[in-house]
Amino acid sequence: MAKAAKPPKPEEITKTLDYRKTPKGPWIDTKVEFRPGMYCYGTRPKYLEEVDMPNPREWSTSDEDWKLPENWKEIFLEGMEDRLRKHRSFRLFMDICVRCGACADKCHFYIGTGDPKNMPVLRAELLRSIYRRYFTTGGKLLKRTAGARELTEEVFKELWYYAYQCTECRRCSVFCPYGIDTAEITIMVRELVNLLGCNTDWIMGPVANCYHKGNHLGLEPHTIQSNIEMMCDDIEEITGIRIEPTFNRKGAEILFVTPSGDLFAVPGVYTAMGYLMLFHELGLDYTWSTYASEGGNFGFFTSLEMAKRLYYKVYAEAERLGVKFIIGGECGHMWRLWHQYLATFWKPPENLETPKSPITGTVFEHASASKVVHVVEFTADLIRHGKLKLDPSRNDHLRVTFHDSCNTSRGMGFFEEPRYVIKNVCNHFYEMPENTIREKTFCCGSGSGLNASENMELRMRGGLPRANAVRYVHEKYGVNMLANVCAIDRAALPTLMQYWVPGVEVCGVHELVGNALVMTGEKKRTMDLRLEPLPGFEEEEEEEE
Amino acid sequence: MEQLREVLRTRRDGIVRRWFDYIIETYPEETAAFLKSKRDPFTNPVGSTIKEGIEGIIDYIVGEGEEEVQTFLDRIIRIRAVQDFKPSEAVEFVFHLKDIVRAEVGMRLDEPEIRRQLREFDSSVDKLALLAFDIFMECREKIYELKATELKNMTYKLLERAKLLDELDKHKW
Ligand code: SF4
Ligand code: SF4
Repeated sequence: MAKAAKPPKPEEITKTLDYRKTPKGPWIDTKVEFRPGMYCYGTRPKYLEEVDMPNPREWSTSDEDWKLPENWKEIFLEGMEDRLRKHRSFRLFMDICVRCGACADKCHFYIGTGDPKNMPVLRAELLRSIYRRYFTTGGKLLKRTAGARELTEEVFKELWYYAYQCTECRRCSVFCPYGIDTAEITIMVRELVNLLGCNTDWIMGPVANCYHKGNHLGLEPHTIQSNIEMMCDDIEEITGIRIEPTFNRKGAEILFVTPSGDLFAVPGVYTAMGYLMLFHELGLDYTWSTYASEGGNFGFFTSLEMAKRLYYKVYAEAERLGVKFIIGGECGHMWRLWHQYLATFWKPPENLETPKSPITGTVFEHASASKVVHVVEFTADLIRHGKLKLDPSRNDHLRVTFHDSCNTSRGMGFFEEPRYVIKNVCNHFYEMPENTIREKTFCCGSGSGLNASENMELRMRGGLPRANAVRYVHEKYGVNMLANVCAIDRAALPTLMQYWVPGVEVCGVHELVGNALVMTGEKKRTMDLRLEPLPGFEEEEEEEE
Repeated sequence: MEQLREVLRTRRDGIVRRWFDYIIETYPEETAAFLKSKRDPFTNPVGSTIKEGIEGIIDYIVGEGEEEVQTFLDRIIRIRAVQDFKPSEAVEFVFHLKDIVRAEVGMRLDEPEIRRQLREFDSSVDKLALLAFDIFMECREKIYELKATELKNMTYKLLERAKLLDELDKHKW
């Protein structure tokens, strides 16, 4: 055969296309490009109006003109000065970075996106360059030579874009020799952009709802009550036991508050069923509140001031009902806020005491300031004292691993309690690799209010390091359940798993507790809390029949 | 394709390295350095997944791979499908294997039998590329599906109460 005309080589075909995305030149000159799937929509004006926040207007993040007020620059810089004065840590973090790069490849967003501006050191540098230009003598004089740059609208947008590509997870801070916490810097940038009305819709909606109705979704009291009653119907079907929880009951010993995600969304509702069953079995003198009906706080992803406003109701309700202490449901940022900020936001009312388990007598000294304990600490203590009858074989169809949420682990938190509970209610537990758990845990990629749908690509990239470690235990040990103690995890991880590791489901730790809990007077269990047949147990039943 | 396979087997490491470098260069400079240097698969999932993936594909081509080539291709494409690449950009690296193999075959390109086998090889690369394209589209569809499912899960209990769920389930997402 004569020589056939050669098809063009791939390199010839592709010559016209630019596959090399490498931005050339120093980062300071690289312009921000808003890429679809990487950012959330801007907030609707009505949400800002509802809580008296500045600059409500119709705008879109993809617009050229963000309709900033005329004196926006002044507002921004004054806001920055104010915060530099107020938060010593902020000024310190602006000053002391030696750009050693130890943090650079520790951020899940950098690992997953490959975008250099997602390196914590560069993310911080975006603001630090402004700090140098306007707040240091060297920067004022030497400008660019000193790593300083002008604040322009372009720069403002860049700060915005990358502040909403950081989940405030603090992983980078674990590796920084100076303890610089880029999360704190992101928190400051978000405060500053909020001075100009530039929050996301996904965060601002829950904030406004929470302010007016008590919870992020805006569930009204009768809806909350009937949702919980519906869970009780399911529990009755599973156990034969009718639970009658109380709402807004004055004189209860304990107020229970959980993120509203546990009240309406799967798999959160199964976790809530676990709480209901546990508290019933203990005969706990506790009440739900339809007013303090949100443990989470999207205000924290807006400004510390807003976090404070939204949490007013927690102590107020505890005071009104006259309870002795508060138990918080499974949540990450709720715990960080309650543990570290709440008692500084508001003074705990006189009627609150240092939490003491009425069942075991254990005094939770670490909660003496805030008067709140995380339900996982409470349950671990019960198990430690042998107060629960458990049948872990009911979870034998599950091979479980545990995802440390950033806030419970790195927020001066707990590592052992959830593991202790899981190991007592499940027979098959497997850890993910050491450098992806505990204080080095990888974020779900959707924390700090980034769990919207329009930024799905960002979430999938940011969640890749976590998913990759799950895939490892899935392939090696057959892990099929990813347990956690965080409502955002329960909302975001199922999606992450479906994309990266199909075959792994997600649950709260108390769902596993509910499955294993042997309740007084219960009928033979044939279903798990998801109303699905309980493998092993169901067969037996059939044989008997 | 036996003779060509033999060549590929002996040059396997070189091919893997070149192909890996080629893919990694589609990332920014600093990132490329990170993706290449960090070997721990948990601190560097992108780099290690790509590495594992291309090794699997090459082993499959030289007839030593046991696992389905689809699985390896899937791992690489699944990452690229959420990383700002256009479909053509995401799968282009597959075609480049032709050039790399030619470069590695070197002098023996003159042998008619090798040339014949190369044509055969080219068509299997084309098939791989088509497969890669299918996987890319599946991944993109998955992303859209996930967005819809999330919305549905979010409001699951509320809809169940309003007896709307049956209708929703009938609706194709
Ligand atoms: S590890 Fe700390 S000092 Fe080093 S670059 Fe990162 S923030 Fe700066
Ligand atoms: S706080 Fe977390 S998301 Fe933010 S820069 Fe550090 S590692 Fe990345």
